[in-house]
Amino acid sequence: GHLNHSIFWHNLSPYGGGEPSGALAELIKRDFGSFENFNTYMATTTVAIQGSGWGWLGYNKTTKSLNIAACGNQDPLEPTTGLVPLLGIDVWEHAYYIQYKNVRADYVKNIWNIVNWKDVSQRF
Amino acid sequence: MFANIARVLAQSSKKCLPLVRSKHSLPDLPYDFNALEPVISAEIMQVHHQKHHATYVNNLNVAEEKLFEAKQRGSVSDQIALTSALKFNGGGHINHSIFWTILCKDGTSEPEGELAEAIKRDFGSYQRMVDLLVATSTGIQGSGWGWLGYNKQLNRLDIVACANQDPLQATTGLHPLFGIDVWEHAYYLQYKNARPDYVKSIFKIANWRKVEELFGKARHD
Repeated sequence: GHLNHSIFWHNLSPYGGGEPSGALAELIKRDFGSFENFNTYMATTTVAIQGSGWGWLGYNKTTKSLNIAACGNQDPLEPTTGLVPLLGIDVWEHAYYIQYKNVRADYVKNIWNIVNWKDVSQRF
Repeated sequence: MFANIARVLAQSSKKCLPLVRSKHSLPDLPYDFNALEPVISAEIMQVHHQKHHATYVNNLNVAEEKLFEAKQRGSVSDQIALTSALKFNGGGHINHSIFWTILCKDGTSEPEGELAEAIKRDFGSYQRMVDLLVATSTGIQGSGWGWLGYNKQLNRLDIVACANQDPLQATTGLHPLFGIDVWEHAYYLQYKNARPDYVKSIFKIANWRKVEELFGKARHD
């Protein structure tokens, strides 16, 4: 929980949104086809998590590629999967319920407006 | 008229696939949304029943339809791929259908009769059973349910936690008697992160008459 949330607060910014640039943008294009494809795939995977958990964009150091992964509860990405966490989306109900109630999909759709791509690129 | 014809045909021929496959539907709450206040707010009851439970019902129907089609196609792989959706949505439907019935306005007096005796025998006292169920339910990591269940083989009551929407009987064999939903959606709008307060308060609206009925059925059926 501590690991995940410590990353999360930095993944977001009031000045966030838009798309990444540079090396991260290139790798997203290579591994997902386009930013839109990546976006759709990460959103779908994250919304579909059964129960509490996190959707992640992670970096596979072995294959040198990007991966999308879902973790249950507070399972931290790297110890659990080996992927280096770049961008996480908390879909425990506490992350969105007071504002979005059961509509997790709207929360996940809107969160892209506050993603801090500088931070994500730095981690990459 | 058409539905009647279909029903007669379906019943008269056991060899053919049924022409009308019944779908699950959202059961009505046995009380108004505000009946469980102040323990559970009307707002929570409305969203919990009309959105969350309704979604489990809809998605269960979709999963069962896909399962039927996969079986017709003879695809074992596709059937297996659906097991997660069936467990999640089917469990959600089962769990919530029980939940609405074991709660009631202002609660009832404490358990009586056979159930009271079993609680005393297996936990020492009603209060000890409550303490154990509170601790188990509060301690669940993530989403899940705390259950008082009946082990028919050993003729014994048990308290266990199930994760997510895993249904008690299908997962553990225990007959469900009294369950506490500790998914955040069950309490967050009112209690925020204070899950223990919600779990302790829920005993004020427990319908022990219904639980006694469930126990009787589990024991004697």
